[in-house]
This record gives sequence, structure tokens and C-alpha cells, in this order.
Amino acid sequence: MIASAFFFKATLLFYLLGTTFFLLHLWGRERREMSESDRANQGRWSRRFAIGVTAAGFLCHTVALALRVRVANYVLFADRHEALSFFSWAMVLVFLCVEIRRRIHILGSFILPLAFLSLVSASALPNEVRNLNRTLKSTWLGVHTTLSLLGIVAFALAFVSGLMYLTQERLLKAKQFGPLYDKLPSLYLLDQWNATAILTGFPLFTLGIISGALWSQYAVGVLWAPDNPKQILAIGVWLFYLMTLHGRVTIGWRAKRAARLAVVGFAGVVLIFLTLSP
Amino acid sequence: MNILLVGLNHRTAPVTIRERLAISEERLGEALYRLTADPAIEEGLILSTCNRVEVCAVARETTAGFAALQRFLLATAPDLPADQILPCLYLYTGVDGLRHLMRVASSLDSLVIGEPQILGQVKEAFEAALRHKTTGVILNKVMKKTISVAKRVRTETEIAAYAVSISYAAVALAKKIFGELNGRAALLIGAGEMAELAARHLVSQRISSLAITNRNYERAVDLVQALGGTPVPFEDFVARMVESDIVICSTGAPDYLIGVAEVSRVVAARQNRPIFFIDISVPRNIDPAINTLDNVFLYDIDDLKVAVEGNVRLREAEALKAEVIIVEEAERVSHWLKSLDAIPMIVALRDRAEEIRSAEVEKAFGKMSSLTPEQRAAFDAATTAIVNKLLHHPLTVLKAEAASANGNMVLEAARRLFQLQSLPIPSGPEPPETEASACHPPPDQGD
Repeated sequence: MIASAFFFKATLLFYLLGTTFFLLHLWGRERREMSESDRANQGRWSRRFAIGVTAAGFLCHTVALALRVRVANYVLFADRHEALSFFSWAMVLVFLCVEIRRRIHILGSFILPLAFLSLVSASALPNEVRNLNRTLKSTWLGVHTTLSLLGIVAFALAFVSGLMYLTQERLLKAKQFGPLYDKLPSLYLLDQWNATAILTGFPLFTLGIISGALWSQYAVGVLWAPDNPKQILAIGVWLFYLMTLHGRVTIGWRAKRAARLAVVGFAGVVLIFLTLSP
Repeated sequence: MNILLVGLNHRTAPVTIRERLAISEERLGEALYRLTADPAIEEGLILSTCNRVEVCAVARETTAGFAALQRFLLATAPDLPADQILPCLYLYTGVDGLRHLMRVASSLDSLVIGEPQILGQVKEAFEAALRHKTTGVILNKVMKKTISVAKRVRTETEIAAYAVSISYAAVALAKKIFGELNGRAALLIGAGEMAELAARHLVSQRISSLAITNRNYERAVDLVQALGGTPVPFEDFVARMVESDIVICSTGAPDYLIGVAEVSRVVAARQNRPIFFIDISVPRNIDPAINTLDNVFLYDIDDLKVAVEGNVRLREAEALKAEVIIVEEAERVSHWLKSLDAIPMIVALRDRAEEIRSAEVEKAFGKMSSLTPEQRAAFDAATTAIVNKLLHHPLTVLKAEAASANGNMVLEAARRLFQLQSLPIPSGPEPPETEASACHPPPDQGD
């Protein structure tokens, strides 16, 4: 447990560094432009450093999570601390995958702050491993939490691409061709990401809700508790993304509208985190 | 031996003079022979493009060399009076000449900094000179170095990385909106050189369709033949906008052809798909207010210029880095060139020493007839060793010092100390390092 806490703290530190350098990267020019060549190399160096510490943080995070699973001997993510921690881990995983395949470094400047924030929130919450009672502990719980969280990660990615879309759109409209404009990908690509993320996230989230209901039926004996704010919120979020998807397919809710919807929808997702058992 | 450069470019000479002095490819061989036929010129090379004529030569004597180069240029345009040509010329020698050559090849001296053609033209000029055998050891080395420096500038700085043409800027913007452009549809309203150029750029990006419309339908059909695509009657162009992702507008109409009302309908019909308008016409043909509509991106000619201006500044910043590289490399070549001056001196000194030694050895052998062949050989070896050891240090110093600032003084001192008067004077006192002509701007200035 001490080892797990150590790795968790190390992760926090690495993500803090990653966040700082990725945010600095937003201002620097992507290609070398400054008059002295050593300053020029610094731009690349800071980016490499940001990616490096992020990767190191990810490894620490993976170890921390693995140790925790071994100690607790159950599938994770039952409480808010674990959910936030897993969320952060999965976001960074996605970033690293995209970084390796497509080298769109600016994604880090959006994902890392989010990952860091959620990890900081996780660290502020009680993090001792709880002993769930036998009835609550079941495979369905693990399936439910994992699927829901993966859905939420996808929605967060839609949020990030929506945010990037709105930023780039504003720069294009205002005709500001600064470093940020250079680094952000095309509107088309960002809209594609948005669509893909929601299209992936929605079925995962749906299955998460269904498995949650089944687990509730098995453990507590009720399929649906109308007085549980989490469940109501989850249904609300689910309906919202259903509407978003439907709108895209049938009446062309794409581009800027889709970006806005993805940003708004994520507010609901954040609220779900707040209603999780602490 | 000195390297000399005389030339004129788009800054020092108007096109009326440049075109008269330009040497076409067919006349280049003849010109090269005429240049190197002058006894003052040892090696020669001519670079002639639409923006410049540069004549580079190696001469034994600086002043005579410059005179020969000026004579050559005056003879190239015999009907132009000398007082029209001479003020346009800049004259460089030594390290300044090398630096100028490298700046030209690296396109720091070009109208558009970082333009890619000039390096090819420099290579061609060098190849032509090689073909006509008008270059020798020095110019070959200098030109190879110049070309490699230009390549180094290209790879180590971003001088050519930022687009600076308007039509390129339009394509770059389109890519920021649509990603890759293949599969996109474009509509060209009106005609005009710039619009045509932008359309051509788009076609080269493999857009899926290009519709062309014009008030004069015949003109649209003509353009379709030049660019490909389909002609569209002028009355139908608003309907056509619904299918078009990119609309380029360039007509002579005095007021707005496309307003908010039309575009709102188009956007609604396009179901939020972004649409990109480029208005190249002056006065503008598209109401600027449409830029406030969602998913509509409108750029007029000034916006495109702004998009490019930043890049021009970036290229200028990169050019400063390139200047540093060039100063350093020119210095290196100049060092090598100056060290060449010591070679005849070294050879003469060795010859003189060997002459004295062998004469004295023969004299000594005459007096000592009883020597065995082994003893003779040992005697010979001993005297050779004495001479070599005595000369070793002076020769090393000569080689090293010849390239330094007071190299000529050292060479002169050696000449006097060893009585080598018969040797030719290397290149006289240090030649003037600045150009003689007043019309040349400072070398670090791009305009």
C-alpha cells in the first residue's frame, strides 16, 4: 500500500510537470522560428520533455493502479478516488497512443491538464482500500464501472476535441494565424474525432448503465432506484448523447454545433463524478 | 590569387539594364570563353538569371581583374553607354565575394527570400563553366562549397518552410478547415490571374470537382478548358454553392454579389458543413458580414496577405541565422584561399635549399675522394636532414601565417630573408574588402 501511494505521488509530480510543459508548448511556435538556433532547439526539447515526463507518469500510474488491485483483490473503480484515478490513467493512455501514431502534440496541452486535475481531485479524496461487503462485490460491479468509465473517457475526448474545434474555429474567424493556429489540427479532423469519440463512448456508456442495473438487481434487489441522483443523472447524460448522435446522423448536427454539444455534455459527466460514492 | 565578383541585381539595376546584360544559355559558352580569354582572368563563371547577372573570376591581380570584369560586362551590352552600366555594378573581392556568392545561392539576396529556384540556377552556371572548362582548382572548390553551404542553409534554417504566396496561403487555410483537400468541391466565380492561380493550386491538391462560372459563359468554358472542371451558368452559381466546399470569387462587379441572405440559405442546405469563401476581387464581391455566420469562413485579399506577412517575417528571422552560417563558411574558404598563396613560396624555398645543399655536397665530395659509397650516402643523408630540420619550422609558420590577416607581410619577409626575389608577387597588398560601387545596399539587408 505504501508502494502504491509512492507511485501515485510520483505520478502526480510527473503529470504536473507534463501539464506545465504542455501548457508552455501552447505558446511556443511549433517549428523553429526564433532567431538563435539554441533557442530554437529548446522548443523541441521542452516538447520532448513534456512527452517524456507524461510517459514516465503513465508508467508510475500503471504500477500504482496494479499494486492497488493486488492489495484490494477486487476489480477497481468502485469509489470516486479510484474512478478519477482510472479516468486520468485512460486519458493519458489515449494521448500516448495518439502521440505515437499521429504526433499531434497539442492534444497533450488539452488532455494533460484534464488528467492532472482529475488525479489531484482523486488525491484529495480518501484513498484507503475499502472492504466491500460480499453482496456488493461481484463481477457485474467491475463490468459496470469499467464500461461506464471507458464511456466517460470517450465523452471526455469528445469534449477535448470540441474545445479544440471551438478554439480553432475562433482563430480562423478572427484571422489570427499565431502559434496556436499552427499547432491545432484542421476543423475536419477535430470534428471527426468528436464523432468517433461519441460513437465509441455511447455504446460503452449504454452497456455500463445496463450492467449497473443488473448489478443493482443482483446486489440490492432493485433494477432502478428513482431516488438515486447518480442514476437519474446517468440517464440524463445518456439521453443527451443519444440526442447528439441522432442529430448528427439525421439533421446534420456536425462541426461547430457538435463541438458545442460535446463541451456541454461533458458538464453532465463531471456531475456524475460528484454523485459517485466518495 | 584572388577571387573577384562583379555583378548587378534587381536592387541595383532596373529591368531595362538587367535584360540587356542577361546572357542567355546559347550565348553562355561564347561569353565564358570571352571572359577567360582576358589575360588578367585565370578562372571564370557567369550566373545570369532574370534578377541578376554575376560574374565571378579568379585573378592574379585584383585591380586588373576588376577592370577586366567590367570590360567584359560593358562588352556584353555594347550599345549601352558605360555610364549607365557602371553605377549599377557592385564589386566584391576576397571574403566579401565569397559571402555574396553564398548569399545568392542561399537565396538571401533574392526578391523573395528563400525561393527555391536560385540554387538550381547557381548549379547550372557552375555546370556550364565546368563544361566549357573555364573554372580551375579555386573556383571549383569555391562553387562546390557555395552549393553545399546553400544546402546547409536550407536544412538548418527554416528559410523556405513558410509559404509566402497568396494562392498558397489560400490552400493552407483551406487545409486548416478541411484537412486534406482531395474529395472537396470548389467553385470559381469570375476570372482573373490570381483567382486562376488559386484554382490551379486547388486542382493540384486533387479536389474532386471544380465548377467555373462567369457572367460571360464563353469565358467560363475557356477557363474550363485550361483548368478542367465544369462550366456553370452564372444564374446558377448560388445553387452550386450548396455543393461547394470552397468558393473563390474574383469578378469585376462593383458591389456585393454574395450576401448574408444567400449564404444563410446555403449553410442551412449544407447541414452545418463548413464552407470557405475566398474573395480576391477588388472591390470586394462578398459581403464581409457572412463571416459572422456559423461554419462560414470568409477571407479577402488583405486577410490572405496578413496570413503570408507573418511568414515573410519568419523567413527574415531565419535569414539572420543563415547569415551566421554564411559568414563562418566564407571565412573558412577565404582562409583556404589565402593559404594557397604560401605554396609557391614553400616550393621555391625548398628548391633553393636543395640547390645549395647539393652544390655544397658535390664540392665536399670533390675534396674527399677516398670516401666509400656507404660513407657518401651517410654524408648525403646527414646534410639532407640538416636542411629539412632547419626548414621545417619556417615552412610550418609560413603555411599557417599565410592565411592570417598579416599573411602578406610574412610572405614578404620570407622572400627577403631567403632572397627569393624571382618569385611572382602573391596578390599584392591586402585588396580593398568593400565594394567600389555606391549603389549596393549593405549585405545584410533584404528588401
